[in-house]
Amino acid sequence: MDVSEIVSAAATRAEPKVSIRGLSKVFGEGPGATTALQDIDLDIGDHTFVTLVGASGCGKSTLLRIIAGLEFQTGGEIVANGKAVTGPGADRAMVFQQYSLFPWLNVAQNIRFSRKLRANKGDFTSAEVEAASGRADTLLNLMGLQAAEKSFPNQLSGGMQQRVAIARALMPRPPILLMDEPFGALDAQTREVMHDLIQYVFLLEKSTIIFVTHDVEEAIYLGQRVVVLAPRPGRIDSIYDVPLPLRRSQDMKLSPEFVRLKGEIVGRIRETSGMKTDLELLDKLCGQLRI
Amino acid sequence: MATRRNARPGLWSVRGPMSQRNYWLFAAIGLLVPLLAWWALASAGLVSKVFMPGPADVWARVLKWSSEDNLLGDTLISIYRVTVGWALSAVIALPIGLLIGSFRPVQALLEPLTDFIRYMPAVAFIPLVMLWVGIDESSKISIIFIGTFFQMVLMVAEDVRRVPVAQVEAAQTMGADRREMLELVLLQSAKPALLDTMRITMGWAWTYLVVAEIVAANSGLGYSILRAQRYLQTDKIFAGIIIIGLIGLITDQLFRLAHRKAFPWMYRKS
Repeated sequence: MDVSEIVSAAATRAEPKVSIRGLSKVFGEGPGATTALQDIDLDIGDHTFVTLVGASGCGKSTLLRIIAGLEFQTGGEIVANGKAVTGPGADRAMVFQQYSLFPWLNVAQNIRFSRKLRANKGDFTSAEVEAASGRADTLLNLMGLQAAEKSFPNQLSGGMQQRVAIARALMPRPPILLMDEPFGALDAQTREVMHDLIQYVFLLEKSTIIFVTHDVEEAIYLGQRVVVLAPRPGRIDSIYDVPLPLRRSQDMKLSPEFVRLKGEIVGRIRETSGMKTDLELLDKLCGQLRI
Repeated sequence: MATRRNARPGLWSVRGPMSQRNYWLFAAIGLLVPLLAWWALASAGLVSKVFMPGPADVWARVLKWSSEDNLLGDTLISIYRVTVGWALSAVIALPIGLLIGSFRPVQALLEPLTDFIRYMPAVAFIPLVMLWVGIDESSKISIIFIGTFFQMVLMVAEDVRRVPVAQVEAAQTMGADRREMLELVLLQSAKPALLDTMRITMGWAWTYLVVAEIVAANSGLGYSILRAQRYLQTDKIFAGIIIIGLIGLITDQLFRLAHRKAFPWMYRKS
């Protein structure tokens, strides 16, 4: 039994960290209403890295935002950290795609922002305050932000800004970290670096990470489980356990397991998104034109 | 054969760069050309002085105004009226605008009403203001307040609404409560836009000065312009208008300077 098996076995035995039952979400009312999510059932164990992937319009971001408490379901139940979700809370930190940093605060002040909030002010003994300041320093180091500590967000590259956003979200030690296409706006090289960084965070912080992306490779590389959603109406199509060790490395992307899983998931997304018919049409057209 | 040049965008390329020196050069041209045209037109003697006095006449009037009459007093009292009327409306508009921009019920309650009132001409309120407030200093301040306040509330609300939703949601997922959201996120994030709104509405407050000084005034730049009209002292009207314009220009520059000092992070680049 290797480490990943022990961890996933423990996860299945323990209470799920997030439990979703019969969840649905309808936007609007009457004839113009659209069903964004229908009958979602999903359990996410403690200290697992789950990625949600699917074609645009499959409701993956909506699902994440409902877990965060930023949107409300129209049916079903959702329990996170043992409590029914009724709104946003400090136990479910979120990293957004971009522009979520506070531009008037420098990097260190952004990371410490949650310390100013009453929700995180249970600790006032000097030892705890000291620990918090130590934690900010640790996060600065972990994210490679020491040199940029005094910089303001508009002086940083997109990749650096996302490092700050992740550090800021991690500051109050949230048991659940939600990430909504956090690397979607970054270039491919920066994204690879961020992938390895977030792996470290996952292993070190022992939090549960739910990560939304439209990039299948990213979903497999990061996730222990990949949840594929299908659109119209948004629903869970299939769930894959990633047969890779807990600790990932870039060369695994070339391994046969990885390539096979990628092909399978990409196939499912094509199948469910109407992209397949588009491709068939294109094939037929090319045939007619004798290309 | 054409020689190869540096691939630097020219002065007239769309949104092209401009050096500081060229900027001031063009700004000076923009100010001096109308001044020279005015001077040329007036000194050519084509237009009667009653219709268009020249720069020299206006300057002479300014000197006379300050020596024989009370130019400084008129200027100070007008600055006082505009500033107090504007400041009063800012003090009330900022919290109300913040609430309209933050809470939908407050928006529904107050925004249509404000939209309705802001289309009413401030001049039309003069008889009512005289009736309700009287004819002393507070009546002039009231007119400037009425002219400025309703626009200001809507602009403040819009500034608050423009705070990026990702900033608001980031704070929510860190556990910020309603009050913290207002104090630590919405207000902080909107501050630079709010200072700009204050600058722009200060300009509008000045445009209501002449209207405000219709009401039983016996001093002030607006009052002087109105009285000069009665005696057909065109040069004094010109002088009054230009002085108001200059005060506006100086105030505007001071606001811009304050903006740079208050929000250095906006102007800093890596």
